[in-house]
Amino acid sequence: MLLGATIEVNNLTKRYGDVEALRGVSFAVDEGEVFGLLGPNGAGKTSTVEILEGLRTPDGGSVSVCGLDPQTSGAEFKYVIGAALQATALPDKMRVHEALDLFGSFYPKRRGTQELLGRFGLEEKRNAFYSQLSGGQKQRLALAMALVNDPRVVFLDEPTAGLDPQVRHEIYGIIEELKKGKKTVLITTHYIEEAERLCDRVAIVDHGKVIALGTPRELKQRSAAVTRITVRMAKPETNGALSKLEGVAECRTEADDYLLYSTRVPRTIVALVKHLEEQNNELVSLEISTPTLEDIFLELTGRRLRD
Amino acid sequence: MPLAFLFGYAELFRRFGPEAMLYVLPMVLALTVMGTFWGLSVQLVTFREQGILRRFRVTPVGASAMLGSSLISNYFLTLPTIAVEFYISRSLFHMAGLGNLLSVFILVTIGIVTFASLGLIVASVTNTMQETQIINQIIWFVFLFISGATIPFPMLPRMIQNVAVYLPATYLVSGLQRAMIEHANLLQLGSYLASLVGCGLIAFIISAQLFRWEPEAKVPRQAKLWAAAAVVPFLLLGVWETVNGDLRSHAMKNLQTIREPYSLERIEH
Repeated sequence: MLLGATIEVNNLTKRYGDVEALRGVSFAVDEGEVFGLLGPNGAGKTSTVEILEGLRTPDGGSVSVCGLDPQTSGAEFKYVIGAALQATALPDKMRVHEALDLFGSFYPKRRGTQELLGRFGLEEKRNAFYSQLSGGQKQRLALAMALVNDPRVVFLDEPTAGLDPQVRHEIYGIIEELKKGKKTVLITTHYIEEAERLCDRVAIVDHGKVIALGTPRELKQRSAAVTRITVRMAKPETNGALSKLEGVAECRTEADDYLLYSTRVPRTIVALVKHLEEQNNELVSLEISTPTLEDIFLELTGRRLRD
Repeated sequence: MPLAFLFGYAELFRRFGPEAMLYVLPMVLALTVMGTFWGLSVQLVTFREQGILRRFRVTPVGASAMLGSSLISNYFLTLPTIAVEFYISRSLFHMAGLGNLLSVFILVTIGIVTFASLGLIVASVTNTMQETQIINQIIWFVFLFISGATIPFPMLPRMIQNVAVYLPATYLVSGLQRAMIEHANLLQLGSYLASLVGCGLIAFIISAQLFRWEPEAKVPRQAKLWAAAAVVPFLLLGVWETVNGDLRSHAMKNLQTIREPYSLERIEH
């Protein structure tokens, strides 16, 4: 456990009746870090984040956010956090600006309604009722409400779930701004690209346990999953020399392409270039496909994220 | 609904002249005030079931502030209806006078807070909207028909009257009629007001204690018993009223303002 981490989760357990939702989850998030909890539905992501938000009480273990216990710290804790819940609901007849005014009024320090409406592209909808907003607009409002108190720590529970790709990318932009603004962000997601693009570090959660933790790059490097190098050459190779190049675990052909599965990519590429020179051959194209977090999840659990 | 009652009663009592409106309007005002009980409980349970309350839970707003603000907004939303009922009674049905307006205003204010607090208790002890509707129906039925809000108190059978003296609604109706017809001041209505305040206060405190933000959080059966404590002030007032109270005599006297077609002698026996 990192000393003085902004978010600390220690051996967290939670049970709903017969279902063991969390079975000893531990991790720490540093100040200014964007940390992702990646896992399939029912993995325990929302239970973890809701315990951190103070919405649920843990059965065992401990958590702290900015050194505060979410269960006992009261308003002091609420002032430092902002949260976009998995499903934010507001009264149907509440207008967009009213929601921001109302939620802003709960805090001694707050961001202006006009500024938030502008930043989240809701200016045109300022007088619209909540019930009149599209899914993407509702989610943007939920994010604006989460940031209304300019919090130190932001919890985003599946902020892009069910949204179309365009809105999803808008929300990625907002989260990247938070990252630049040195906010500590805990984000739960089952979208691989979201975790890879946004998160400094990722904890892969499955069946209530953290099964892997690190930067997306570390996780990939740690993985036994191999990188695929797709090569096309001017003259075809026939003697099977490519499969003997350094680092190549397997070599396949696919139409005019050679697929080299490598465990040591830099060495394989150097060896490939040398080989081509010796053979007086030319490289037409080369493409490297690194393993994704999806591959790693598959490797760790034997299942796909959205199984 | 209270406005429909106002027009219905006004039509029914029209032949007894403008004095009758002083008896009718308090019944309608009481229905309006009592309606806050229904509205607030349903609103709160809806908010809880829709997950709206849990969004408030991640803010610094506590249960008391949440419930208190609901009461206040409910109060200000009810006041215009009260004003409209007064205006219609006066302008359309030529009500004879306005009674003791200060007493009416205080009774309406305290009444709204008390009945809305009772609604908060219902919202706090029920787990689903269906349960809320069933309990509301039962309580509302009792308030509606045995408090004097729809059937004049002296016309109720003696046995029902004996039960009615333990209901907060009875004192609200009777208090409003006394303020309108007898011009009763706050001192004269002291016991009614004290009981309404006591009931409202206890109901508010208990509902804040039992308040739940999450739809899946259930109230233990034992905790529901605490809700019964809210009626303690009216149990005490009911006992006092049964022993040496004057609610019945005031109700009878006030009904006499619209003598016919009721035979008071028949009602008394």
